[in-house]
Parts: sequence; structure tokens; C-alpha cells
Amino acid sequence: MAKITLSKLKHSYLPDPVSPDDWALKELNLEWQDGGAYALLGPSGCGKTTLLNIISGLLKPSHGKVLFGTDDVTDLPPEKRHIAQVFQFPVVYDTMTVFDNLAFPLRNRGVAESKVRPRVEQIAGMTDLTDMLNTRASGLTADGKQKISLGRGLVREDVNAILFDEPLTVIDPHLKFQLRSKLKELHHRVPKTMIYVTHDQTEALTFADTVVVMNMGEVVQTGTPEELFENPQHTFVGHFIGSPGMNVIPCSVENGHVVVDGVIFRTQNDVPQGNPKGTFEIGIRPEFLKIADIGVPATVNSVADAGRFRIAEVTCLGHSLKLLVPEDQEIPADGVVLDFDPNWTRLYRNGWLTGGKD
Amino acid sequence: MNKTLNQKAWFFVIPVLVLVAFNAIVPLMTVVNYSVQETFGNNQFFWSGLTWFQEILRSERFHASLQRQLIFTGSILAIEVPLGVMIALAMPRKGFWVSVCLVLMAMPLLIPWNVVGAMWNIFALPNIGLMGKMLNDWGFDYNYTRQVGDAWFTLILMDVWHWTSLVVLLAYAGLVSIPDAYYQAAKIDGASRWAVFRYIQLPKMKRVLTIAILLRFMDSFNIYTEPVVLTGGGPGNSTTLLSIDLVKIALGQFDLGPAAAMSLIYFLIILLLSWIFYTVMTRNEDQ
Repeated sequence: MAKITLSKLKHSYLPDPVSPDDWALKELNLEWQDGGAYALLGPSGCGKTTLLNIISGLLKPSHGKVLFGTDDVTDLPPEKRHIAQVFQFPVVYDTMTVFDNLAFPLRNRGVAESKVRPRVEQIAGMTDLTDMLNTRASGLTADGKQKISLGRGLVREDVNAILFDEPLTVIDPHLKFQLRSKLKELHHRVPKTMIYVTHDQTEALTFADTVVVMNMGEVVQTGTPEELFENPQHTFVGHFIGSPGMNVIPCSVENGHVVVDGVIFRTQNDVPQGNPKGTFEIGIRPEFLKIADIGVPATVNSVADAGRFRIAEVTCLGHSLKLLVPEDQEIPADGVVLDFDPNWTRLYRNGWLTGGKD
Repeated sequence: MNKTLNQKAWFFVIPVLVLVAFNAIVPLMTVVNYSVQETFGNNQFFWSGLTWFQEILRSERFHASLQRQLIFTGSILAIEVPLGVMIALAMPRKGFWVSVCLVLMAMPLLIPWNVVGAMWNIFALPNIGLMGKMLNDWGFDYNYTRQVGDAWFTLILMDVWHWTSLVVLLAYAGLVSIPDAYYQAAKIDGASRWAVFRYIQLPKMKRVLTIAILLRFMDSFNIYTEPVVLTGGGPGNSTTLLSIDLVKIALGQFDLGPAAAMSLIYFLIILLLSWIFYTVMTRNEDQ
């Protein structure tokens, strides 16, 4: 068990990367604390699986180092890293029974048969596979097979971390929730580092204590689910996390003021002085945009009922925005006045929160 | 649940029925017809019951050619299947060399059977053939037209050369269909090369190998052209396989009755063995 450190890591699948687009993974530095529950969240093709395969050793990074504790494992093959990985499509050894599947990683490492049985039975108990130990693995349903994959990861006692690569993709929706809770429960019982790759924000936010958001091969923000929601460092995070995502409105900075179509906005973060260059946007989450008595006028385009609240789509200063309206609040059809709460309105420069990374 | 009865559906089966009747059942029935009759020429036939069948089943000549046939088929299966799997495992999975290997592998399969026979006939000639001459120059007393062992060696080598590719191509198709995740999981589980083969590659190749074994079994059991062109069944009768013997009886001696009976027994043996192969190889299969 050890802390996992990725230092100045970069990876390209091309032999001679030239332009920034050639890098599947742009330079990043990350630390994964021992025993943490992490999620790697991002759209398809953002490099999250590449990053995972680098940690497990299936892929060797073109630059940088992978450290487990203080040991440099960059050149070690996966079987020497004490890592377990659960894949998108369940991998089971068809000809073996469930028991033999779970015992496989132990037997490959020459563990005595007298120690294999109790360990396998213990793991089977944790993953609800006890009843099926003697059936053939190929007969199981997708969620059962995925439990076997998970069990094979848990069975080795020397495992540093368990990596999950979109493990719920092929699971029926009603079983997804069950399996996710199972994972969460297992993390409490077996305090091993777990890294969970997904493009589904619900999965990431419910599973992980720390979420790493990736886009286009780089880490955009690392933080708790609350931080990602309340303080997005990049418009991408604002947009990707939250349902509906953050409203982003193009603006300009004139003499130290944020201006959209002649209207001055106040923001939570600092505004650069003077007339700086760059693409500026303001972002505010639909949850914090309120209908009020004074503010910016807007016309209502549509209202959709989402259960406990309604989602109103409005046009304000020529931009389409979304806001959440409580069930009991009237939405005047002829037009509303919007209050942009300065505590939740943020200024972004070239996509990044101003005052932070530029 | 009440099923709607609609007998009109049977009409749709008629075309298939007619087709099968003309290409299989009717020709087979003429053979059955010959097998239970005796003729003394003049196109006059007499009922003879199961005499021909009894005669064939007791005939030492039939036993001998059946035994040769089983040895031949057994040998080529024992060589071609493992060899084909090994070659398939050694073939590249990605890149330029994939197509080169596939084309090279497919080449022998494209050559007509009698050409293969003629090629090997010349290739193995002890005085002028490339292989025959070379073996003799190296000090081996090799002559496939005179020595039984050499004839068998050449025959089996020819079949291995001609048909291992089929096993290779089928096994390769099975191998490339295995998702990368299996190999990655095996790596993480610390599986040895042998364990990967035994628990991932072999199970995933099982279906295609079943097909390969069945095809190779049936084809080799029916083989005629290549051995006839290569050795003509000789020296003596040493490489006279079932089909060669059958043709000798039917067309050489014009014994229609025994030949017909032998054909049917031959057919039933293939059917029975194919069924056994298939049942054994698929007995553990899940739905």
C-alpha cells in the first residue's frame, strides 16, 4: 500500500509528437493518497483510459515517472506492480468456475492451495458470489461477471490500488445502482486506493471523494464533488458537471469592468485591470440564477418540469440561459428579471477562472 | 396458448424439398438401388438383399483400406491442427505483415487438387525432383514410388502443405476476435504465456477449431485426387485410401453392387465420425 505519484507525466501514441494535438496526455502531476476513492471524469477520448493504463503498467509513458510510495515503477510490468484493474467489458476465464477465476491471480503467483481457499471464500462473500462458486463463469450475467473481475482484483492481499475502467458500461441500469453501492461499501471495508474512470458524472460524484476532471488530454481540475460544483476552475468543468451545466456568456473586460452587451456584471473573482486581451466569459450555474425584482430583463422561451423544480430556458442579452425555478414560484410569461448573484458569478479568461491558472 | 394452424405454409418448403431431392436424395437412392441388386450384364438386375453389405464388411481389402484411411486422417489431423494453431499464434496481429501473411497462407488453398498432386509428384521424384534429389544427395535412400514409408511421408507432407493453411486462417480468425482486455487482465493477474493460451486463446478458438477439425476430417476422409496423382495408390496398395479403392471397384472392375454398398458404408462412417467429433467437441458448450 502506498501513495501513487505521477510526476511530469506525458504520453503520446505517436513516435514523434510535434503539435499539442499529438499528445494523448499532456504534462501532468498528480498524487493519489493511499486508500482514497478517486474518480477520473471526462468525455470519451480525453485520455483518462490512457492515464489509467499508465498507472497499471499496461502502457509505458513517453515522458515522466510513476512512483508507488518512493519506488519508481515506470519500467515495471503490470504483474509486478501490485495493481488490479477492472475493465469496461467483463473479463472472465470462460472455461473456469467462479472459484477458479477468483483463485487464478493467487495460483499464478504460487500461493499455497491451503491459503487460496479461505481467501477466495472471503472475497466471494464480499462480492456476493458465494452461491455461485462452483458454477462456470461463462454462464453468469454481465453484472455477475463484473463482480468476478472485481473479486480477482480484491483477492490479492498485496494490491496497492484497484483501477476501474468504466466498469458499469455494460450493466443494466437497475443493477448499476446496486453495483455502485457495492463498490462504495467495499471501499469502506477494504481501504485500498480505488481509481474509477467514467464519463458519467453521477457515477463519479457518488463514488469518489476526489474527482479529477480531464479534457483533451489534460487535467482541468481536481477536487471534491462540492468544489467542482461550487467553484469550477474552467468553463469545461462548469459545463460538464451539473445538470443542466453552467451557463456561459461571452463578455468583455473594459476598464476593469465585466461588460455584456453594455450591462456591467459583478463577479466573485477578481477582474483584471484595464482592457486586457483574451476571450472572456462569465459563468453562473442555473441553480444560482434567480428570478428577482431588479436585475437583467429576459424573455422566457420554454419551461420544462423536472420534478422538484422546473428548468426555464430564457433569452437574456441575446444569449440563451437556463435557470432552475422552484415549483411554487410563478414564471411570468411576458418576461422576467434575472438576478446574477455576484457570489456565484465568475469570470473566465480563455476558459480558465481568472486569478487562478491562466 | 392457441396456435393458429395454417397448413398452407408447407407450400413454402416445396422448393427446398425439390432441390434437396434432386441433388442428394435421388442420386443417393440410385446408389441404394445398386447396392441391393446383382447384375450379370445386359442391364438385367436381380434382388440380392444385404449380400453386398455383408461381403464388404467382411472383406479384408475393405478393412485394409479403411485402416489406411484412418491412419492417414489421424496423422494429418494430429499434425495440421497443432501446427496450424502454432502458426496462427506466431502471426502478427497488426500492421503491414498481416496481409502478407494472410496472402501467403491462402496461396496453397487456391491451387487445384490435381495440380498439387502433380507438383509434389515432380517435386519428390528421386532423380530429378528438387526435394527427392536433395534428400538422396544428403544420403537418404528416398524413393516414394518404391518404398512404402517414403510414399506415406510424401503423401502426408503434401497434405500438410496444402491444408494447414485452412487451420491457420480459421484459428487466426478466432485469435483476432479476442478483445485486448483479456490479455491485459491476464497480465495483471500474472498469468504465464501457457496460462494465457490455455485459459484465453484456446477457449476462444474452440468454435473455429471445431469447424477446422470437422472440415479437415471430412475432406481428408474423402481425399482422392492428390494421392491418385502422386502415388496412384502405390507402391502396391500401400497408399490406396478408401476413395481410391472405391473407384477401383466401381470403375476399374465395374462391380456396381459391391461399390454401391461400399459407398453407403463409407458415407455412414463419415457421418458417424463427424457426429462423434461434433458431440465431443461441443458437449460443454453453453447456450
